[in-house]
Amino acid sequence: MSDWNLSVTRRGLLTSSAAVLSIAPAIRARAASQSSAGATTLPVTFEVNGQERMLRLDPRTTLLDALREHLKLTGTKKGCDHGQCGACTVIVNGERINSCLSLAVQHAGDQVTTIEGLGTPDDLHPLQEAFIEHDGYQCGYCTPGQICSAVAMLGEIERGIPSHVTGDLSKAVSATNMEVRERMSGNICRCGAYSNIAAAIADVAEG
Amino acid sequence: MRSFTYERATSPQQAAAIVAERKGAKFLAGGTNLLDLMKLEIETPTHLVDVQDLDLDMIEETAEGGLRIGALVSNTALSADPRVMRDYAVLSRAVQAGASGQLRNKATTGGNLLQRTRCPYFYDTNMPCNKRSPGSGCAASAGYSRQLGVVGISEDCIATYPGDMAVALAVLDAVVETIRPDGTSRSIPLGDFHLLWGDTPDKETVLEHGELITGVVLPKPPGGQHYYHKVRDRASYAFALVSVAAVLQPDGTGRVAFGGVAPRPWRKDEADAALTQGAKAVVEQAFAGSATRDDNKYKIALAERTLAGILAEARS
Ligand SMILES: Cc1cc2nc3c(=O)[nH]c(=O)nc-3n(C[C@H](O)[C@H](O)[C@H](O)COP(=O)(O)OP(=O)(O)OC[C@H]3O[C@@H](n4cnc5c(N)ncnc54)[C@H](O)[C@@H]3O)c2cc1C
Ligand code: SF4
Ligand code: FES
Ligand code: FES
Repeated sequence: MSDWNLSVTRRGLLTSSAAVLSIAPAIRARAASQSSAGATTLPVTFEVNGQERMLRLDPRTTLLDALREHLKLTGTKKGCDHGQCGACTVIVNGERINSCLSLAVQHAGDQVTTIEGLGTPDDLHPLQEAFIEHDGYQCGYCTPGQICSAVAMLGEIERGIPSHVTGDLSKAVSATNMEVRERMSGNICRCGAYSNIAAAIADVAEG
Repeated sequence: MRSFTYERATSPQQAAAIVAERKGAKFLAGGTNLLDLMKLEIETPTHLVDVQDLDLDMIEETAEGGLRIGALVSNTALSADPRVMRDYAVLSRAVQAGASGQLRNKATTGGNLLQRTRCPYFYDTNMPCNKRSPGSGCAASAGYSRQLGVVGISEDCIATYPGDMAVALAVLDAVVETIRPDGTSRSIPLGDFHLLWGDTPDKETVLEHGELITGVVLPKPPGGQHYYHKVRDRASYAFALVSVAAVLQPDGTGRVAFGGVAPRPWRKDEADAALTQGAKAVVEQAFAGSATRDDNKYKIALAERTLAGILAEARS
């Protein structure tokens, strides 16, 4: 019985930095005095949906986990946690990225926009409205990532960024069905709502 | 993920010096490959030196009439640069063919060059892999090899270099510029940058520990028509089974490199020289000495057909 307790405690110590913090203040103080890089947690300040947020985080915390677990902004979803699905897409300084493959500490000083920041139930973003209008989902799990991705993707087209299917690199690009599908390939929908997603985006792209 | 400490570097030389000082330290750029591998504990750095604040995110013209691409230029910015689209379209095309819109926004030029293999056994930490744990064996050699290498590989490792951008850089005769911890810099031709696996597949490039890539230099534009054709299991957001980068001149001469087949972007002078004789002759030269398996011998036929498609497009 006591052995069992001991092993649990040990495992707890190994996996939880909080436990390490509570039993080893002396070690922590020494590390901190050697270099600021030796601290167990680091302060991170960034702007999320227009509000300045300050967190103290284990450097391992991804931007995704900081948003979901620390700021309780659970609109952003975790699908694969490896850059392969796009469910975690958020907009950082105007550009869409996978928040699962980014450390929160990489984003000190950045402006982060999540699905919660695009619109509210009473004041929907045009793309949120279009997704409802066109039924651009079934289960809805991929939807926040799809919408954040699409908002930034339309900005990329506006800025003239070419894609794999752009025919002539010297001509302006536009949001054709082919272009939108290629540019949205980083967002997988397990329910296969792609046609309706494409229709919702086309609706907004056409203005 | 194993725990690590984190800091932001303030100058290229300082970044190099900090990493050199600590055996377990690594540079962090976009993080899209390193963090992926750290989550699986395939990479276990004890200290990360974030290089994002270094002034290495510009594309500048060189005195020789080429371009210097800073190591931190994102894949998106690189592929959309008007000079790159006009004079080095093969590079713009190769970058657009890689990953996804989200990943290209975060991926950097330096990090992209150093992305590690996508061999499924390298990713599966329950399997022996000489690249992940030297001396443990190679699970791929008797396993599923459909995605793996057919030329330039070794007994100890049959993996490929998976990236797209570097295949275009190979046909463009690009040069990688670095700074070392002692402040000296060096220029490494892209063709010498990635190592063949030999009996040390864990050693993938000529970089020393702590050596920082500062940029990639393109010589003056090669002219001609530019192609990057990538064949993969789905139309987008997948690694190449085979890719072909080519720059073709009106007289039929040119340069060609293959991706997805070898430990490095695969380019051979003899293959370039055979371009006027057609795809079959080029592929015979490029893949001389190949070592295929039942699962992946299709890659050589696919390389020939992909190149034939490009040559037909160039004639039309
Ligand atoms: C789902 C998925 C699909 C993908 N598909 C493709 C694809 O189809 N084609 C393709 O080409 N790529 C693809 N990629 C890979 C992607 O292109 C790379 O992850 C990216 O380019 C790495 O760049 P980074 O800046 O994020 O590197 P990081 O992850 O930050 O770094 C990678 C490595 O380089 C080192 N490093 C970084 N910068 C420097 C520097 N300046 N000097 C020295 N060392 C440095 C780091 O220490 C690390 O070891 C895909 C990735 C994912 C996750
Ligand atoms: S091919 Fe290379 S990377 Fe793949 S299992 Fe063998 S040693 Fe590892
Ligand atoms: S959770 Fe980030 S891409 Fe899947
Ligand atoms: S709606 Fe279910 S995954 Fe897209």
